[in-house]
Amino acid sequence: MSDQIYQKIQEAQLDEIFSKPYDPELGEKLYNPQKPMENRITDIGPPYYAQFFPPVIKKNYGKWKSHEIVQPGVIKYTSETGDVVYAVRCGTPRLITTDYIREVCEIADKYCEGYVRWTTRNNIEFHVTDEETLRNLLEDLKNRKHPGGSYKFPVGGTGASVTNIVHTQGWVHCHTPAIDASGVVKAVMDDLFEYFGSHKLPAQVRVALACCLNMCGAVHCSDIAILGIHRKPPLVEDDRLEYVCEIPLVVAACPLGAIKPATVEIDGKKKKTVRVNEQRCMFCGNCYTMCPAMPLADGEGDGIAILVGGKISNRVSPPKFSKLVIPYIPNEPPRWPTTVKWVRKILETYAQHARKYERLGEWAERIGWERFFELCEIPFTEKTMDDYRLAYDTYRTSMHFKFTSHVEIK
Amino acid sequence: MSEIKKHDTQMVSELKSGPWPSFVDDIEQYGEKHKKQACFDLLGQLELSYKHKETHWKHGGIVGVFGYGGGVIGRYSDQQEKFPAIWAFHTIRVNQPASKFYHTSALRKLCELWDNRGSGMTNFHGSTGDMVLLGTTTEQLEPVFFDLTHQMNMDLGGSGSNLRTPSCCIGKARCEWSCIDTQELCYDLTMTYQDELHRPAFPYKFKFKISGCPNDCVAAIARADFSIIGTWIDDIRIDQEAVKAYVGGELKPNAGAHSDRDWGPFDIQKEVIDLCPTQCMYWDGEKLHINNKECNRCMHCINVMPEALRPGTDTGATILMGAKAPILEGAQLSTVMIPFIRLEPPYDELKEIIENVWMFWMEEGKNRERLGELMQRVGLANFVEIVKLKHIPQMIREPRSNPYVFWKEEEVPGGWKRDIKEFRERHPA
Repeated sequence: MSDQIYQKIQEAQLDEIFSKPYDPELGEKLYNPQKPMENRITDIGPPYYAQFFPPVIKKNYGKWKSHEIVQPGVIKYTSETGDVVYAVRCGTPRLITTDYIREVCEIADKYCEGYVRWTTRNNIEFHVTDEETLRNLLEDLKNRKHPGGSYKFPVGGTGASVTNIVHTQGWVHCHTPAIDASGVVKAVMDDLFEYFGSHKLPAQVRVALACCLNMCGAVHCSDIAILGIHRKPPLVEDDRLEYVCEIPLVVAACPLGAIKPATVEIDGKKKKTVRVNEQRCMFCGNCYTMCPAMPLADGEGDGIAILVGGKISNRVSPPKFSKLVIPYIPNEPPRWPTTVKWVRKILETYAQHARKYERLGEWAERIGWERFFELCEIPFTEKTMDDYRLAYDTYRTSMHFKFTSHVEIK
Repeated sequence: MSEIKKHDTQMVSELKSGPWPSFVDDIEQYGEKHKKQACFDLLGQLELSYKHKETHWKHGGIVGVFGYGGGVIGRYSDQQEKFPAIWAFHTIRVNQPASKFYHTSALRKLCELWDNRGSGMTNFHGSTGDMVLLGTTTEQLEPVFFDLTHQMNMDLGGSGSNLRTPSCCIGKARCEWSCIDTQELCYDLTMTYQDELHRPAFPYKFKFKISGCPNDCVAAIARADFSIIGTWIDDIRIDQEAVKAYVGGELKPNAGAHSDRDWGPFDIQKEVIDLCPTQCMYWDGEKLHINNKECNRCMHCINVMPEALRPGTDTGATILMGAKAPILEGAQLSTVMIPFIRLEPPYDELKEIIENVWMFWMEEGKNRERLGELMQRVGLANFVEIVKLKHIPQMIREPRSNPYVFWKEEEVPGGWKRDIKEFRERHPA
């Protein structure tokens, strides 16, 4: 074990720069547009991590022995030194203002000596070392609400729960989305709220949302993935394309070779542009990423696909991809009722039928996907059959199947 | 300060109700208090998107800070007249401290900076791990960068065709299962490769993600071109008394993860032994026996009985490569490249491998070709050879089922140069 790293962590000191007041005018004073290199500091990287460790975390680095979830959202860690720390996990909407962060700071200053942590799944973790502070913190968190009545810091997301949804930017801040992100997440989590703060499921259920096929986030390996899709081929803006796009790059960007260069005449002038073989388009949007003159977004065309059964952990079975089970649900702002309904249906069918420890994908594989469709009452369509690369891997080439309602027996 | 203008946001406002934290309430409250028009314009534009079911952000926009090719993402509204305060609304990615611990003094100062120079809205955090400052104008980019570097000792993260901000799990800071110092490695790689992070020279994005054990809490195997996942090569540590306590019902299985449902009494045979993917363990009524040689370290038994079982102490990591989301050739998980490597500073062996991979990818990779796609294009066996590794069965799930081997001339006795006349002397046509 690297004593050297342990030692370095013990010696870490909170950078004094953070206690110096912020100077709102310093940026203008130091930056000289005429001499952009003047006063410029580059490549200093992120702050050293260990300066932000709470004392108990620092002291027990590498010495943790075991843990126990004492109630949903509260994990107690025990160290070989005999020290304990309670981590209190709260959900957040990820899209948060500086005032929300200040409120997090206020809580951390009051109960946690000024330290706080965020998780990979947009949860906040507060660390306390004694039960009385823990009780006071939990009580405090419960009473913090927004004017509309929502909790600011719901406690949960541990064990066999639905933890926070990792998601993307959607219509709030992205240029290629087929759906919103924050709104859909809010609607789904409102509905699944009881599963965030409890341990009722057979195993943890990881829900993720990506607002287009670029998938900024690991939706492709989630128990339930909500994915924004387009269904109309790109428009081609002939009069603008040659000025804003590199035609060879656009042609090369299409994974199915459906785009070819073309020349058109507009007002007697020849313009270089492209043509799309619409029959071959799979609506991936890669052309639009390369070329702003080929927008795909369409209120009627766009919507949600649901994929299920993926996982990251190596536990019991290897990591696996999520599989497409519902090819399309229309966009239904502001509360996406059909999407919410199907996510709940899939979750509760799984909760009812799966065995303890079984992840959603493991359950679906054990009972067979034909049974999954039957139990979840999801109509099976040809769109779930793969016809892209490596599709053959998904074909059934054995006699091992079940006679579900899909089989017509005459 | 001029009066703020609120828009009709009937649909968006419906997202204030319900128990889950409402981003709408948060943004509205903040906008009121700080008199930020951008907050109301953002909600107004979102309402318009809810009406049209389409985004109202324009395509791209190249902006940045001098000398860097990433870290800032340009964003412009296509509704300049209606929502002037968000007309230019660029994103700034700030490199997070490894595993995202903070002190409030740092967060409060960052908040002040962002109130002063931006919208006050953030993503905590972006998918890759950065602190994302959401929404400012082009004139503010340099001052924000100067504030970050001079007043915060912080720097920008990655975007575009460069090294993306590395990220890691909580590691040994609070997890008994971590087999490696995830934060230290993450920090070291981030500092070593600052140039690659800030100045795009790659065919496409490249991600490092570091998890301490095969539970893989940062999804390294699904998201990273270069996945580093902690593991061990010796025996699982067993506390037989604690095993008995689980069997006797004194300890809660899976650390209490199933506490709100009655699953019946704990059954070690059914819940641990029978679920072991390698069937390498048995319970004789008194003692738990593990044939560690056959264990594939899936973590299930350890997850179920954390008081009783722990990973071994001879630890290191497995290196896997090539994961990516579906665009373009379909989603890929990372492939095992190095089953075991010890990871101690200064990580020279690891860095040599990383640089070999980059050298090949930068030479051979096509524009916007992720490492995983290049690996497929050249074939796994060739890739392994090019990056100077050894071919071993751990790299594949099963042997190929077709016989189409690309034999090389030097592998066949006599080579490929043959004389057709000689052949015909033996075999008249």
